Amino acid sequence: MAAANKGTTIFDATTPGAKGVMAPDPGVPEPQDNWRLPDAYRRSVPADLPEVAEPEVVRHYVRLSTRNHHIDKDTYPLGSCTMKYNPKINERTAAMAGFSRLHPETPDDHCQGALRLMWELGRDLAVITGMDEVRLQPSAGAQGEMVGLLIALAYHRSRGEDRRKVIIPDSSHGTNPASVTLAGFDPVAVKSNEKGLVDPSELAAVLDDNVACIMLTNPNTLGLFEQDILKITEMVHAKGGIVYNDGANTNALLGIARAGDMGFDVLHLNLHKTFSTPHGGGGPGAAAVGVTKELIPFLPGSGIEREENNGDMRFSRKSPGSQSIGSVHPFAGNFGVLVRAYTYIRLLGAEGLRQVAEDAVLNANYLMSRIKDVYDIPYGHRCMHEFVASAVRQKKQGVRAGQIAKRLLDFGVHPPTVYFPLIVPEALMIEPTETESMARVDAYAEALLQIAREIESDPDMVNTAPHNAPIRKVDEARAARDLDVG
Amino acid sequence: MIKEDLKYTKEHEWLRIESDEVIIGITDFAQGELGDIVFLELPSVGTKVSAGDSMGTIEAVKTVAELYAPVTGEITAVNDQLADNAALVNSDCYGDGWMVKIRMDNAGETDQLLSPQEYKQMTEA
Repeated sequence: MAAANKGTTIFDATTPGAKGVMAPDPGVPEPQDNWRLPDAYRRSVPADLPEVAEPEVVRHYVRLSTRNHHIDKDTYPLGSCTMKYNPKINERTAAMAGFSRLHPETPDDHCQGALRLMWELGRDLAVITGMDEVRLQPSAGAQGEMVGLLIALAYHRSRGEDRRKVIIPDSSHGTNPASVTLAGFDPVAVKSNEKGLVDPSELAAVLDDNVACIMLTNPNTLGLFEQDILKITEMVHAKGGIVYNDGANTNALLGIARAGDMGFDVLHLNLHKTFSTPHGGGGPGAAAVGVTKELIPFLPGSGIEREENNGDMRFSRKSPGSQSIGSVHPFAGNFGVLVRAYTYIRLLGAEGLRQVAEDAVLNANYLMSRIKDVYDIPYGHRCMHEFVASAVRQKKQGVRAGQIAKRLLDFGVHPPTVYFPLIVPEALMIEPTETESMARVDAYAEALLQIAREIESDPDMVNTAPHNAPIRKVDEARAARDLDVG
Repeated sequence: MIKEDLKYTKEHEWLRIESDEVIIGITDFAQGELGDIVFLELPSVGTKVSAGDSMGTIEAVKTVAELYAPVTGEITAVNDQLADNAALVNSDCYGDGWMVKIRMDNAGETDQLLSPQEYKQMTEA
């Protein structure tokens, strides 16, 4: 019977005839033949929809949510993803009818509040990052990267230049080289030095007049601040290149340092990371893109303009100009996400945002210091908002990073990012974020330390983990070899 | 495991030299590091390759690696079995898991390859 059904999809919960809503008789006669859609456009077989009463729908999804690991359930220190807690007030504001029921084609005069919110959010993000203008349309980090690269392309073409190369450090997010290739550029890697940073002398070796752009993440994926950033941006500018900031790690810098002041020309911000909107299956995301003055004409989508007249403010959408790279998402982007990010910024204010960065850095350094005698930390004794440990010692004892990650599930905590960045063997990339308490960070450290002890005494037990998770260790090789996507 | 009768590269490939042809695969160390291999993209017969160029990709569950041409020449054979069963690279990397055969433009090129001892030292470093 459906109530006891432990199937995996809502279709498995079907009881023929069950309904969530009993619609009253509409009192409208059946359409006449000449009103009906032509048969060619009508279903010959009814849609295969689940037939489930409301309580069973609710129970089905609540049960699934308990089998999943999410930020509302426990710690989620997934490096480079900034899985911070998503304040519930964000959901209240995003659900307000004036925002959630708004049609995207509502005339400007009838949606002044929504336009004002977008204008203010754009201004706030511009101030936070030191850029001249921010556009909110892109819907995720990788799309933000793509937009940044297309802006660089449009900029160079507007000057009659056809530059081919985009420089990327070997520690970069994997999406960077992918975006470069997709945008039609040639990726060129620059090696990190022994400190895990971009070396200006290595950069000089690949820098020439054919360089369109350099993509940098700062702090980088090792959780280290690029100390030579001013020199780097100056070197690239001297060759006429654009400097792009992959802003995925902005959480470490809020209220402390600004990409614009470092010399970046264009950046994206993951609102779903830094600004507390849901992601990791709970999305969608939003990647605001910010630029300096000279790149404003190339921005995608509509900007919002504010006019003041005798103390009255009026906001309006302006069409993209002829040099714009075009639209990358319908209408205003993922507007509900923008409302959440705006709420978060207003909730914390300037001082609160600075404390976010300070606490994120403090939590990461504290966690690193707690495990550093047991796990190798190849780069640096201090980190920013995240750090990369290496399980090379544990690998010699027969357990690789991926299995340490799986064993962590048995402790009810989410594993770190593993095997990334690629320049660290057996990498465990850990980002506790500012939203975890000291007790939570301590519990995570204890779990990692206990797993290291288990690896010494009983590596097989760790290698067969997880033991307590809803699903046991999956055969990833078989899943990839015998693809079943039907 | 390193075979004594083969030559090696820094990119973790092995070569079995048969006069002016070489059979190429990846080493036991490489397959162990990559983990379960799920798909291979190999060059087709007749393709000209230059030493050091990427000539294919090896896709494992969690990573993708390039397959580099260790010598310059022309592809004369490709292991078709791998299209259906990439796992052969894991189970028998020096045997049924071989990948391609190249006819060398210059047979002397193999002198620059690593000996089993040199490769062993490299992987233990």
